[in-house]
Amino acid sequence: MTNVCALTDIAPDTGVCALHEGEQVALFRIGNTEQVFAVSNYDPFGKANVMSRGLIGTKGDRYMVASPLYKQHYDLATGECFEDENIKLKTWTVQVKDGRVELV
Amino acid sequence: MSKKRIVVVGNGMVGHNFINTLVTSDHASEFDIITFAEEDRLAYDRVQLSKYFSGSSADDLALTTEAEYQSQGVIYTLNDKVVEIDSHAKTITTASGRKEGYDKLVLATGSFPFVPPIPGKDQDHCLVYRTIEDLENIEASAKVSKTGVVVGGGLLGLEAANALKEAGLETHVVEFAPRLMAVQLDEGGGKLLRRKIEDLGVQVHVEKNTKEIVAGEECRYRMNFADGSFLETDMILFSAGIRPQDELARQFGLDIGERGGIVVNDYCQTSNDDIYAIGECALWDNKIYGLVAPGYQMAKVAFNHIVDSLITHQEPALAFQGADMSTKLKLLGVEVASIGDAHGHTAGSQSYVFNDDIAEVYKRLIVSADGKKLLGAVLVGDSEAYGTLLQLMLNDMDIPGNPASLILPASDGAEPVGLGVSALPETAQICSCYDVTKGDISKAVQGGCCTMPDIKGETKATSGCGGCTALVKQVMDAEMEALGMEVNTDICEHFSYTRRELADVIRVKGYSTFAEVLANEGNGGCGCEICKPAIGSILASFNNEYVLKDEHIGLQDTNDIFLGNMQKDGTYSVVPRVPGGEITPEGLIAIGEVAKEFDLYTKITGGQRIDLFGAQLHELPTIWEKLIDAGFETGHAYGKSLRTVKSCVGSTWCRYGVLDSVSMAIALENRYKGLRAPHKIKFAVSGCTRECAEAQSKDIGVIATETGWNLYVCGNGGMRPRHADLFATDLDDETLVKYIDRVLMFYVRTADRLQRTSVWMENMEGGLDYLKDVVINDSLDICEDLERGMTRVVGAYQCEWKTTVNNPERLKRFQHFINADEEDKNLFYVRERGQRRPATEAERIELVELASNPVAGGE
Repeated sequence: MTNVCALTDIAPDTGVCALHEGEQVALFRIGNTEQVFAVSNYDPFGKANVMSRGLIGTKGDRYMVASPLYKQHYDLATGECFEDENIKLKTWTVQVKDGRVELV
Repeated sequence: MSKKRIVVVGNGMVGHNFINTLVTSDHASEFDIITFAEEDRLAYDRVQLSKYFSGSSADDLALTTEAEYQSQGVIYTLNDKVVEIDSHAKTITTASGRKEGYDKLVLATGSFPFVPPIPGKDQDHCLVYRTIEDLENIEASAKVSKTGVVVGGGLLGLEAANALKEAGLETHVVEFAPRLMAVQLDEGGGKLLRRKIEDLGVQVHVEKNTKEIVAGEECRYRMNFADGSFLETDMILFSAGIRPQDELARQFGLDIGERGGIVVNDYCQTSNDDIYAIGECALWDNKIYGLVAPGYQMAKVAFNHIVDSLITHQEPALAFQGADMSTKLKLLGVEVASIGDAHGHTAGSQSYVFNDDIAEVYKRLIVSADGKKLLGAVLVGDSEAYGTLLQLMLNDMDIPGNPASLILPASDGAEPVGLGVSALPETAQICSCYDVTKGDISKAVQGGCCTMPDIKGETKATSGCGGCTALVKQVMDAEMEALGMEVNTDICEHFSYTRRELADVIRVKGYSTFAEVLANEGNGGCGCEICKPAIGSILASFNNEYVLKDEHIGLQDTNDIFLGNMQKDGTYSVVPRVPGGEITPEGLIAIGEVAKEFDLYTKITGGQRIDLFGAQLHELPTIWEKLIDAGFETGHAYGKSLRTVKSCVGSTWCRYGVLDSVSMAIALENRYKGLRAPHKIKFAVSGCTRECAEAQSKDIGVIATETGWNLYVCGNGGMRPRHADLFATDLDDETLVKYIDRVLMFYVRTADRLQRTSVWMENMEGGLDYLKDVVINDSLDICEDLERGMTRVVGAYQCEWKTTVNNPERLKRFQHFINADEEDKNLFYVRERGQRRPATEAERIELVELASNPVAGGE
């Protein structure tokens, strides 16, 4: 388990990137809540480490992030790409404890 | 079962298409595929070759990459020519001595340029135009030449002439026949084409038979013609047609046509059943097809036949049946199209001709004796009717109504006569490059495609030459309508409003955050990458608050959220504002110092400023601190907002300037900087009617006259250029600004999401007159309100970067990792022309290897 940052380090409805066991992880915070998602920071289409800079929102009842480069959508909970069923971002489990964000 | 081995000789467009068909087919795993390329690069787009001179690189033209072939399991060898076929042992041997066995051999050797046997043709600056290497030679020769001659006034010859003209040479075209493009055009069409091309500064000489090329007096060479005349030139490009590259087939006993070409049957088999020939080297029914679409068709036929005979053991299902040679293209900027029997050779055929010397348009229709069927057409100067006419001919349809109406210009207000796509049969081929029929497109729509990118992704239609785009869109729309699908105008699932309606609601109800809008007007959910930036932009247009404020930061798209333009590798480009394009030497030096310190790739933009590329996220704040210290402000290059006001030097220096365009440009840029809008906005101000600032291609264009400013609106460069409309004349400074305030605010309030002013104008009911009525006559009684809105935005301006660098809390976001000081290790660069650029995929692989396996020292 890694304690990566304070919850308040992530402005509501935005993302940041954390280094976790040598991997780049994109963390997104839903609104002004304690709900935080973690997916790989690597954009498989754009081939760059940018996912944390994507815009988040909902598609139906799924939370999603849109790639900042070419706008593919990914399910924040499962990492699945909405446009290409063969593509999936790695995901991590996140805990928020005492105002800190932890990656499992 | 062991894999079957296919050897493809030649890696041109058609050879590559064959390989691509194979590796993407269901049978890919049942074959080993090997290809040999004579050139030192894999297949590239020869059709777009002339783009090499307008800035495309060899990489841009590439149809594939070595990495892609490797990942597809294609074995390829560059720079090695197949020199021997042993059809008994079923092997080939290359120039380097390599031997490969095959089950099936595919010859896709293409063609070579024909150079007429003229004494003196083999000198240094006598070149041909076919490969990238040829282009490199032409480029080198052009650098030491002033005048260039193209021998041959056909399609390729004119493209070559364009290349010479682009290279800055005085360009001549020498043609043996009495007119240009004699194969495709009739006399009238050829004549007009010649006139238009000569207007562009290319001199055309017809009925010239070159006797010899000797040393010149004024230039390097002199071409002596049979009629006693001569022409001096520094270089000569031969483009007098192509000849099939059949040498290998000829040497090893395959049947060859009387005038060249490897004879093939309907399955593209040569006289040896296990050897196929496709593309320009193949002779089918005594015809060579020098276009790419028939070549692709042959590739498909040959591949199907190979599968049928080796794998499925079925009767061949697909046969080559000849191909239509109709063509539409732009030569030296002139639209030219030729369809079917363009010369009216069919017995009893009749024709209709439309000739407009003023607009320089020529159109001729060839119809059947009974006037019911279209047999052919020639279009010069305006080829819009091409799609309709081609479909009429290909599908043997009855001409709807009077044939003349197909080529007559539409009278005022009337829709141009087109062909309802519903009239086309399902089998009508819409995209000839990828053989996509109307039925294929309809099926794609039924399967859920409802945008052009969807259709393109599903069917590949429009991804070749793109000539079918308009028709594909029509078929798609018609099918959607037929299915009763409504074109939903809601901005996205979260709001049942258009952007314009959202703007009205936000303005009238006075909302100031996205959360309020979502709670009161939304359909649930959290919003998305469509509605968030749109509403963020609307809020900014009305209130102009700092976009990185807590309430707004989550609405900002890719670029706005870090106040920079994200590039392909995730780094940013930085553009300081340079109002009016005026910059002091100190300012230039300051920008240069920053670029040097951070090793930023530096390029002058079209909007008269300087773009600095390759800044990493964590470098942005320091870069901006330095720029701000040097007196610069953000240029908003990242925003859908006012970009630049370009200007010419105006009356202060120019001998012809009548007003001070620079001062006006600076004033306008400083007034509207920071204004966020549905899309980017560009201005220009010219100091006289010579229009050096190109104001008529801008959203807002201002041109000085002896009697005041002329205001132009809603112009656009880019993908679909539009000349700006003259909106008002002879304005004083104050009225000019007042009108611009009103036009821009009206645009901000009423335009669609991501709609440039040009499209906004085109979709406006009542058009230019309506806009004049609103802005000049205040017909809606809103002008005061519009001006008030603009005053508010102007008053609330702040340099977003200045605000950001003074805000430590905000700066936290400008680092790659929230929990580490490290940089992104995935960035790789190489140096080119003295600057840094992102490494290509292949270079990146090398750099990674180098980093992980440094070359060992000798031990």
